[in-house]
Amino acid sequence: MCLAIPAQIVEFPNGDRTVAVAEVAGVRRRVNVDLLRDGELASGDWVLLHVGFAMSRISEEQAREQMEILQMLGEAEQAVDEVRGYGLAETRP
Amino acid sequence: MDTLAPPKRRFRDTQIEMAHGAGGKASRRLVEGLIAPYFANPALAALSDAARLPYGDAVLATTADGFVVKPLQFPGGSIGELAVNGTLNDLAVSGAKPLALMATFILEAGLDVTVLEREIDAMARAARRAGVPIVGGDTKVVEHGMADGMYVSTFGLGTIDPRVDLDPASIRPGDRVLLSGPIGDHGITILLARGDLDLEADLRSDTRSVWPFVAALLERCAGEIRWMRDPTRGGVATALNELIGGSAYGVALYEEAIPVHDGVRGACELLGLDPLHIANEGQFLAVVAAEAAECALATLHALPGGERATCIGEIRAEPKGRVLGVSSYGGTRVVDTLVGDPLPRIC
Amino acid sequence: MKYVDEYRDPKLIAALAHEIARIADPARTYRIMEVCGGHTHAIYRYGLADVLPGNIEFVHGPGCPVCVLPTGRVDDGLAIAENAGVILACFGDMMRVPGTKGTPLERKARGADIRMVYSPLDALRLAKENPQKHVCFFAIGFETTAPSTALTLLQAKADNVRNFSVFCNHVVVVPPMRAIVDAPEMQIDAFIGPGHVSTVIGVKPYAFIAEEYGKPVVVSGFEPLDLMESVLMVLRQLAAGEAKVENQYRRFVSDDGNAAALRAMEATMQLRPHFEWRGLGSIPYSALGIKPEYAAWDAEVQFEVPGVRVTDPRSAQCGDVLKGVLRPPQCALFGSVCTPEHPVGALMVSSEGACAAHYKYAPA
Repeated sequence: MCLAIPAQIVEFPNGDRTVAVAEVAGVRRRVNVDLLRDGELASGDWVLLHVGFAMSRISEEQAREQMEILQMLGEAEQAVDEVRGYGLAETRP
Repeated sequence: MDTLAPPKRRFRDTQIEMAHGAGGKASRRLVEGLIAPYFANPALAALSDAARLPYGDAVLATTADGFVVKPLQFPGGSIGELAVNGTLNDLAVSGAKPLALMATFILEAGLDVTVLEREIDAMARAARRAGVPIVGGDTKVVEHGMADGMYVSTFGLGTIDPRVDLDPASIRPGDRVLLSGPIGDHGITILLARGDLDLEADLRSDTRSVWPFVAALLERCAGEIRWMRDPTRGGVATALNELIGGSAYGVALYEEAIPVHDGVRGACELLGLDPLHIANEGQFLAVVAAEAAECALATLHALPGGERATCIGEIRAEPKGRVLGVSSYGGTRVVDTLVGDPLPRIC
Repeated sequence: MKYVDEYRDPKLIAALAHEIARIADPARTYRIMEVCGGHTHAIYRYGLADVLPGNIEFVHGPGCPVCVLPTGRVDDGLAIAENAGVILACFGDMMRVPGTKGTPLERKARGADIRMVYSPLDALRLAKENPQKHVCFFAIGFETTAPSTALTLLQAKADNVRNFSVFCNHVVVVPPMRAIVDAPEMQIDAFIGPGHVSTVIGVKPYAFIAEEYGKPVVVSGFEPLDLMESVLMVLRQLAAGEAKVENQYRRFVSDDGNAAALRAMEATMQLRPHFEWRGLGSIPYSALGIKPEYAAWDAEVQFEVPGVRVTDPRSAQCGDVLKGVLRPPQCALFGSVCTPEHPVGALMVSSEGACAAHYKYAPA
């Protein structure tokens, strides 16, 4: 269930902090950000959008950490492929 | 008295639904199951974009089309331009040089004359740009509340270029599937222009005549073009499924090669839509022999508006009769024909 | 597109596929249930089964709110639309769901005023713009969507909009998960937990699956890389003999969920003592109704609905597919009588229903 998409907050029209304009790949929509009122929300933040509501604010740190792990795995795989290419035996545990 | 028994009709639906006009499976069922059996004749049997009618030394191409778009005017064009370009495109992808157009207007009583004049002007400009005269037509007026302002129906006449022999049965594994440019712009522009979804984007309909591009291809590699189609309602997915359905071969689409403008992508992601199902009004697909692909693309790239033409796939032996989306990491998925209109989803 | 494209990187997907193949034990089968319909859709859409070893099998869970909605409730919603002066506002997902006497789209073609909306707030706006009519919003979805309906109810009350109501069919995800993991015929090794529901409820509600039933749970994002990483995390737990709840979707899911969302739900909604799930039968405390304080906006209070229990044709095996006992092509009606164009059961209507996803994306 639940089609939700990462979008960037680009402005708070009317100064009303419950409504913001969010943008995905150049497409803009007014969205309700009331569900995020417990935290700090600013223009430039990335949020998860679902049926016109912002559900969650991204944790850049978690995203970065996760990507680093995945990239490392990707590089390790590449290294193994190269090793295989040389006809050497696989030595990973 | 006409004593012919009515044909056996295979169409089981009891009422007409919006889906029957959406260009997908339901539309196909209506035409094949109800309309074609009654009209049955050889020229109709192929059910292609334009009918071929041998006439002396020439082969005429004729096509008819209906335009019921709402709103009448949208970024990038209006119903008038759609009507002219759409008809020219049906002729073009049949390999036919356009000769003349005709247009019938069904007008809603109460329609503002400035709106009508704007559309007639748009049609005149589009026709003049293409060098094709609008030689006649008809006008009817219906009561207020019908026709959404105006409906336009068109007829187009052309002559099929003798150098080309378009036949879907001639496709072979290894043939390349070429696409003239980014997809989804028209359908998404219309969806956003209706205003119900409250989305804003810098998008325009891609409506244009593709005849200049087709004409250039006919000059360079007519003999190597197997099949062409303009992917209007139902999108690229429906057009390719119509090509390959029931055939001994399949289409492999390279997912990462399919050109889509950012705004179209963003809107599709937000709404849960697939760009392959979205209508286009200024693009065409061409299946060409592998050895002609490079030349064909170079020809298109050299023309203004053809810069993003690209190869999006190929004909393969498997899976028979299906279109398969293939990712570079090895994932595959069947790309099916649209059932009805693409509907935004939240799940 | 940021936070999307990186998670569709073909090289990383291939790298994870290699790693999964490396650690998967060829001597056994892995049966992993993805609970959420959005995950089912993504698995098919990105062809993940093609890049995973053959001994890893996805069992499609019941997390498709359209699929589990009983036909009787669809009929009830359509009955509301038959009232003069009523506009029924639905999500696009609902428009092709068959009731006993047709789908919302078909009823619309016959004159009912049924309109598609993208957000419940659009339905509320429709009510403000049409003071002579009554707008009823057909609410569906799990805990991901319920807070949006809740906030809309709060706003309707705050703005004193009197011509608006909600036909509430929100369901909650933990009870069916418990019913499934409890069922003796189930053979699931691990669960991929619903990512977007978890943005609201956090990951702690799934602890019982690990603690009481000893099955790993990995809460996953929806991009192909998310699902691949989640499968890897499941396999690592199984290889280590572990059973715990892990959060793969950490960039958007916090362990405790969204307190503001839970507060909005708490203020406007309450658990129904029981609710019928198509294919799963009646499950206690598994669905949300509207609190008495908001009765003025509760469609079930404002309108009479037939409330008839409609059973599926016995030949439709939606229930078995929903429980993961059958794969879609194993249902006798799949692809012949029951297709996306003529769906017999709702698993074929919603594009994230197990059967529709299989029909559309998997080669025959």
